[in-house]
Amino acid sequence: MTEYKPAYPGTVTRYVVVESYTVTPADVAIRAYEVAKGVMIKENCFGLIVMGKEEDVDRVIAEVRKMDPTHIFVKDRGFPPGDARRCRATLGGARPGFHGIEFEMGILPYISNGLEKTENLDLSAVPAPAQAAPERRLDVYTLKKMIDAQEP
Amino acid sequence: MAKVFIYPATSLILSDMVTRFGHKPLGSAIAIRERVQTPGLESPPLQITPEEPKKGLAWAAVEVPAGVRGRMSLYGPMVEECDAAIIINNADLAFGCMGCARTNELVKFLLRQKKMPRLELEYPKNEAEGVQFVAAIKKFLTEIGGKK
Repeated sequence: MTEYKPAYPGTVTRYVVVESYTVTPADVAIRAYEVAKGVMIKENCFGLIVMGKEEDVDRVIAEVRKMDPTHIFVKDRGFPPGDARRCRATLGGARPGFHGIEFEMGILPYISNGLEKTENLDLSAVPAPAQAAPERRLDVYTLKKMIDAQEP
Repeated sequence: MAKVFIYPATSLILSDMVTRFGHKPLGSAIAIRERVQTPGLESPPLQITPEEPKKGLAWAAVEVPAGVRGRMSLYGPMVEECDAAIIINNADLAFGCMGCARTNELVKFLLRQKKMPRLELEYPKNEAEGVQFVAAIKKFLTEIGGKK
């Protein structure tokens, strides 16, 4: 077995996801480069990957968030940018975690709207979200009926 | 600042909102980062070694498949460490293989067993639900001591 030496120990990596109609990932990247100071920044189709010391990354993120606070979202990432174990440049196809972000990108407009509307709102006046009906499991009698209904 | 376990553990929305309202989200990335940044023997792609299923024995019995125990070695310590949890039920995003499905069930079970503040909701499907979703999370995170 080969010895493993981590490439960037002691750093954090975060995604900045831009879901805005006024700011593009390129605008956010330019602003991030302006305040980078030793932080590694990679621009991609949905935003940025920012890597560096935690306090530096938080500083850059706080700065770019000001561009459109309710439409810029941030999440942690385990791997550094361009890591061969995760990067689509070496693996081909979408990066494994992209599908999760893609799914949530469809919901982000509702979240942005919610963040804007709840900013100065009395939260106790907002009704609690409805809970889904409990999952209905297939009972044994229905299963038996389905088996019997099968063509021989 | 409380440590809030998020489920689905890779959720961008929950991770962002927990940070936005002044807490620390605990999700997959934190556990993976810890492994990716620890020197040792090379075990790509996630640096999960044969030691992990052994560590997972703390949360799952020995007859439980190694895949579930290996995953539990990532989530188990965070479930124990967290002060609160936000769970999104019926999340399509959490769909995975049988190992993922069983781990998800076990993680949700452990979170519900633990006596701590817990918020359970569903992904919003329209603007009105979006407002309710954000308000519920904001209220929950404020009550446990976050930013107003």
